[in-house]
Amino acid sequence: MRTIVIEPEYEAWRAAARSLLAQGVAPEEVLWTDDSQESSLFVREEPTVAAAEQGASAIKVPAAFMDMARSAAAHTDARRWGMLYRVLWRLTRGAERHLLAMATDRDVRQLQDWCKAVGRDIHKMHAFVRFRLVGTDAATGREQFVAWFEPEHRIVRLATPFFEKRFAGMDWSILTPYECAHWDGTRLHFTAGVSRSSAPDEDALDDLWRTYYRNIFNPARVKISAMQSEMPKKYWKNLPEASLIASLIAESTGRVQGMLETEERAAKPAPNNAYLKSLHAMNQNEAAAQNHESDPA
Amino acid sequence: MMDITRKLEILADAAKYDASCASSGAARKDSRGSKGVGSTGGAGICHSYTPDGRCVSLLKVLMTNACLYDCHYCINRRSSNVTRARFTPDEVVQLTLDFYKRNYIEGLFLSSGIIRSADHTMELVIEVARKLREVHQFRGYIHLKTIPEASQELIAQAGRYADRISINVELPSQQSLNTLAPEKNLARTESAMGHIRGKIDERYAEKRKPDAPKPPPFATGQSTQMLVGADASTDAVILGCADKLYTAHRLRRVYYSAFSPIPEPSAILPLKAPPLIREHRLYQADWLLRFYDFKVEEIASAAAPHLDLALDPKLSWALRNRATFPVDVNKAPRELLLRIPGLGVRNVERIVRARRYTGLRLADLIRLRLQMKKLLPFITAVDHHPAKLGLDSDSLRARFLPPPEQLEINFGAPPAPAATDFLSVRSGEL
Repeated sequence: MRTIVIEPEYEAWRAAARSLLAQGVAPEEVLWTDDSQESSLFVREEPTVAAAEQGASAIKVPAAFMDMARSAAAHTDARRWGMLYRVLWRLTRGAERHLLAMATDRDVRQLQDWCKAVGRDIHKMHAFVRFRLVGTDAATGREQFVAWFEPEHRIVRLATPFFEKRFAGMDWSILTPYECAHWDGTRLHFTAGVSRSSAPDEDALDDLWRTYYRNIFNPARVKISAMQSEMPKKYWKNLPEASLIASLIAESTGRVQGMLETEERAAKPAPNNAYLKSLHAMNQNEAAAQNHESDPA
Repeated sequence: MMDITRKLEILADAAKYDASCASSGAARKDSRGSKGVGSTGGAGICHSYTPDGRCVSLLKVLMTNACLYDCHYCINRRSSNVTRARFTPDEVVQLTLDFYKRNYIEGLFLSSGIIRSADHTMELVIEVARKLREVHQFRGYIHLKTIPEASQELIAQAGRYADRISINVELPSQQSLNTLAPEKNLARTESAMGHIRGKIDERYAEKRKPDAPKPPPFATGQSTQMLVGADASTDAVILGCADKLYTAHRLRRVYYSAFSPIPEPSAILPLKAPPLIREHRLYQADWLLRFYDFKVEEIASAAAPHLDLALDPKLSWALRNRATFPVDVNKAPRELLLRIPGLGVRNVERIVRARRYTGLRLADLIRLRLQMKKLLPFITAVDHHPAKLGLDSDSLRARFLPPPEQLEINFGAPPAPAATDFLSVRSGEL
């Protein structure tokens, strides 16, 4: 049995896996662990580099697996490295080239679940990051924004290319507890994680945003479970609009009751407007034409 | 003069009855290399959710809620006593950019009450989109509502700035429109949709030409909305209309919006509880039309024009067509797998791929996390052969009915004695 301690990053796993595969080390013979676990129990053993180079080029893996591996690697489950290696082994040495087509396979299913969780986390980061304006760069005139987000998995590097494309014209930083991303118009770079207090709490526009949120809500069709399944409570503390949720729900019944008790309004006659007159004339002509068409005589 | 907060209150409130929130399906573009912001082309992002369960992806506002028309289901009709407001194009532009940069939204959905004339209104709406695109290099999503009576040139111009354009049919028959929206005309709406389809197709054709320069942008799709429960139209009529729009004008989406209470109700259209379950069933039926190869007559026919509110339309169809079942998941063609209740498009694909290498057993299906209870009577697998008798039994339908207490629509609102009666009303038909 050999123990592989790796940086909890896809590239580190990939290098180690490549080497192990080249040496023909079966998945049962490897114990994977990463720095986020208590690694002191294990002895670090470097894979032999020479062996890694040897034969590695002969190994062909479906591109879909590489995508999956990159995504599953971002999951926080400690078993992911071993599972990725096992599936890699089965795809190559195990001669199960079609394995990824088997969504019914336990290992594949597990990888897919991890990918799905990571994908959802990325999607929620794209949705729920809230940038706060902190200033303007005196030299470039570019607005500078900072956001705070708490992802569940290690997704910052996977999620930030989206922000680079979308917000190229402004400077921004996204701070998270384990890693931060920064964009200055030319370069995306990453620094170590920080605490919540490093990010601003508010933005001058938050009130206007809450005004929008309050007024786009329809009190006549309250459906709290639908909201919560897509916007779980764990995100609320970092969303400026979430502070309104309780009161909007509480007031909804009374608001609808108010509508029901309002006296119904009679139709007003059409105002004197040339366009409206032409519209009514058009409608009458069309109705007449239609009656004529359907008239068998 | 009204401040921006007050305007936003009025003009967002006035826009909330448009159900569309789609922000997907746009052409791929982004802000790299520009001084602006914005990107489109990926999956749509819901940046927030309001307690009505609806997604907030776009800043959805009206240019103005003043309106010449008198549509009785609409809070903005000319007979309504609602406070009126009007944005300037610059105000909408600024709001859009400010909200976008904070990642509150991923675009703008701009509509308007009709003032002065269709063309005049259209010009105001277009001016906002033009400024966003040309002055601010905004590459985010823009959805513009268009007016069928506006000139074709203006509609084409809207299409050049927008990712999506839409015209609401509102009601599926002219007869209903005559009563509830006397200014609207179904034939003119459809004719405008036909022109828009022509433009969209034209651009796709240009794009496909080899060696041709990239054609100027144009909206990649159009959508529409139909109100449910404001008139007496049956589900068969509503789905028939939707199907016609999908085929004749290749709409991306038809939205169904349950008529829900509005402030300032009209004497011609009394308020009632919004038919939310019916709306939900219509969306399910719509999905069957678009992704499962169902025909309208299979879902709602002239003989049975209403959807079963207690069961989803696919399960209802299966119960009416029991001779088709059980279906062998290991052998049946894809189109037949798509007919199995509880089996969605994605899992059909998974089954088709996996069964090339293995005979599927129940344990395999469980690993796909299928809804086994729903599925079992309708399928056979290597180790599962349901008794034909089970399929024939009268109790099969009863087995799928939700327990009675779940039939109550939970509006989610905390109970308040005054409104309890209203809120516990089921969706009208249930």
